[in-house]
Amino acid sequence: MNDSHPDALSPGIGDASFSFEAASSTVPLISVRDLAIHYPVGGGLFTKGMVVRAAEGIDLDIPRGAFYGLVGESGSGKTTLGRALLKATPITRGSIHFDDGEVSYELAELGKAELKDYRKRAQLIFQDPYAALSPRMTVRDIIAEPLEVMKITKTRAETDERVREIAAKCRLNLEHLRRFPHAFSGGQRQRISIARALVANPRFVVADEAVAALDVSIQADVLNLLKTLQEDLGLTLLFISHDLSVVAHTCDHVAVMYLGRLVESAPTRRLFAGPRHPYTKALLSAIPSLDPDHHSKAQKLTGEIPSPANPPPGCKFHTRCPYAVEICKTEEPPLEQTPDHHMVKCHRWKELLYVS
Amino acid sequence: MTLLSVENLTLEFDTDEGRITAVDDVSFEIAPGEVMGIVGESGSGKSVTAKSLMKLNPGNSVYSQRSRITLMLEDGPVDVLSLKSARELQVVRGGAISMIFQEPMASFAPAITIGDQMVEQLQLHRKMTKKAARDLSVEMLERVGISEAGKRFDQYAFELSGGMRQRAMIAMALSTSPKLLIADEPTTALDVTIQAQVIDLMKDLVAEYGMGIVFITHDLGVIAQTADHVAVMYLGRMVEHGPVRDVINHPAHPYTRGLLAALPDLEHLDAPLTPVPGDIPSPLERPSGCVFHTRCPIAKRGRCDVEVPAMTALEATIASNHSAACLALNDPHWMG
Repeated sequence: MNDSHPDALSPGIGDASFSFEAASSTVPLISVRDLAIHYPVGGGLFTKGMVVRAAEGIDLDIPRGAFYGLVGESGSGKTTLGRALLKATPITRGSIHFDDGEVSYELAELGKAELKDYRKRAQLIFQDPYAALSPRMTVRDIIAEPLEVMKITKTRAETDERVREIAAKCRLNLEHLRRFPHAFSGGQRQRISIARALVANPRFVVADEAVAALDVSIQADVLNLLKTLQEDLGLTLLFISHDLSVVAHTCDHVAVMYLGRLVESAPTRRLFAGPRHPYTKALLSAIPSLDPDHHSKAQKLTGEIPSPANPPPGCKFHTRCPYAVEICKTEEPPLEQTPDHHMVKCHRWKELLYVS
Repeated sequence: MTLLSVENLTLEFDTDEGRITAVDDVSFEIAPGEVMGIVGESGSGKSVTAKSLMKLNPGNSVYSQRSRITLMLEDGPVDVLSLKSARELQVVRGGAISMIFQEPMASFAPAITIGDQMVEQLQLHRKMTKKAARDLSVEMLERVGISEAGKRFDQYAFELSGGMRQRAMIAMALSTSPKLLIADEPTTALDVTIQAQVIDLMKDLVAEYGMGIVFITHDLGVIAQTADHVAVMYLGRMVEHGPVRDVINHPAHPYTRGLLAALPDLEHLDAPLTPVPGDIPSPLERPSGCVFHTRCPIAKRGRCDVEVPAMTALEATIASNHSAACLALNDPHWMG
C-alpha cells in the first residue's frame, strides 16, 4: 500500500455535519464480543471433527430502543447469530452481554432461574406465519400460551386482559381471537405471530425474515406495524433479512454478514450513502432497479457463495471480490471501527473510498 | 408477427368447496424475441396462466368454451387447449415450449444425473443420437456459465449450489431450442448477487436465441430489468398491460399504483411504505364487479362492486398499447 491517502479519509468520517446517529440511546442492550459459533458436522469416517464456523469473531452492539437490521445471503450466519442472542444455540467462544436497565446477564453463564427470566425478556418472530401457528388452537390460545407457560399471569381474567390488549395493538379484534389460524391471510397470521411474541412484554425481539413470506402489498403493512410497536413499547428489535431495501426503510442501524463474518455495520443512512465493504457495495448494486433504463454500472459479483463448511482462507470474500490482492488471500482483515460508529472488515477499505 | 396468442383464457378449478375461478378472461400476445412479464401476488393466477400454455394444470381444471391458446409454429398454428393425449402434448411440452421453475431442486430428478436428464429430453424431442445429445448438453452447460461442464454433466442436482442448479435448469430448458420459454419465478429462490447473474444470463440468451419469454414474478424490480411489456394480474384478472416503462413510470390501475407505493425504494429512503389496505380476498370469496374494489382507495359503491371493468386503452398513450381495467380510467369526473 502506498501512503498517499491522508488520515482524513473521506467525506463523512469525523465530520460533525453528519448526524446520522440513531435517535435511540447509545447504551447497548446487547453487547457481543469476539463471538464464535461452531457446529460439528458429519461424523463419518472422513468428516469426523469437521466444524462449520457459522459465526466467527463477531463484535456487535445493539443500542436500547434500536431497530437493528442484520443482512446477509444464505450461509452468512445471520440466523445463527440471531439464535445465539436468544440463547437458543450454544456459543463456542466469546461473550454476549444483555443489560436492559433492570437486569444484566452474561448469556454464556445464565443459571436456570435467570434463563427463565431471560426467555421473558427476549422473544422471536418467525418467518413463516403458516408454519408458526398451531392449526388446532384458537388465536386467543396461541397468543396466551407464552403467558401460561411462563406463568406470567395468575388468573384467566388477567391472561385475557393481557391478550386483548396486545391483540388490539396488533389490530386483531375480539372476533379474530375466537377463530382458528386457517381462517386468516398471511398478513393477519403474521400479526398473530407478532402478538404472541410480544404478549409477555419482552425487551428484545428477534424478527427473522418476518416479512419475507408476505406479498408486497401486505409486507409494508406488517413493517409499519413492527415500527409502531417498537416505538410504542420501547422495544429493541433485531430485524434479520436478506432484503436490503426493506432493511433500509425500517432499520436505524444495519450490520452486514458474509460467510459467518460481520463485514460492515453502520447507521442506516451512513451505510447506504457510503458503503465501505466491497461486498456491501455489490449487494446494493445487485438489487434490481425499478427504473427500466437504469442498469447498474457497479461491479456485479462473479462466482458462487462458498460453502460455510469449507470457507476460503484469508478474507472470506476474496474469492468473489473484484479488489482482492495478495494479502486478502492469506490474512483475515480486522473489524475496524471509525468514530462515526461505522465498522468495516476489509484490508483495502481506505483505498477503495476513492473507487466509485 | 405473433408467436403466441392467448384469447379470453378463463380457467376454473373444481374443488370440494365449489368452483374456484383461477383465471378470468385473460388475453395477450407475445412476439418472437419478446419478454413478457406477468406480475402479481399470491392467488393472482400468474402461474396458472403460464401453466395453461402447456396444459399443465391439474385434472380438475375447467377451461371455458371461449378460451383459446394458439401457438404459431413453422408447420402452422397449434390450438394448445384442443391437444388431448400426452403424445399430442409433446409438441408443446418440452418441444416448442420449455419451462423453468422457481425451485430447480424440485425440477431435476434427484436420482438421475443432470447429464442423463438433458440427453433424455434431447433424444425425445430432437431425435438426436446419444453422442450428439451429450455434446450439445455440455456445450449448453458451458454457455450458461457453468465451470467444468463436463464434470457437472455427470453430477446429481443435489451436488450443485442453488445458483448452479438454476443455470443447469436454464441450460436444459434451452437445449431443445424452444420457441417459447416460460420462467416461473426463476430467480426468487436465489440470493440477490446470484439473481443478478441469472438475470444477465437470461437477457443474453434472449438476444442470442430470439425466443419469446413469459417471465412470471412477484418482484417489480426484476420485471423492470427484464421485460419488454408487462401484465399485472390480481385475483385472476389482468388489470393492467403495457410496455414496461409506461406501466412502471405511469401506472394507470389503482392496484399497480398501490403495488409500486408499497415497495421499499432505495432511492427514496424517507418515503413512507404505503401498504395496499386490506387483505387479498380468499379465492372462495371472490369480490363481485371489479375484483380489486374491496381494497381500492377510489372505488365507488354501486359502480365498482357491480360492473366488471373491461381492459381499455389509455387515451393518453394509445400508441404504446397501454391499457388497464378500471372504471375510473378515462373518466375525468370520477374523483369529482
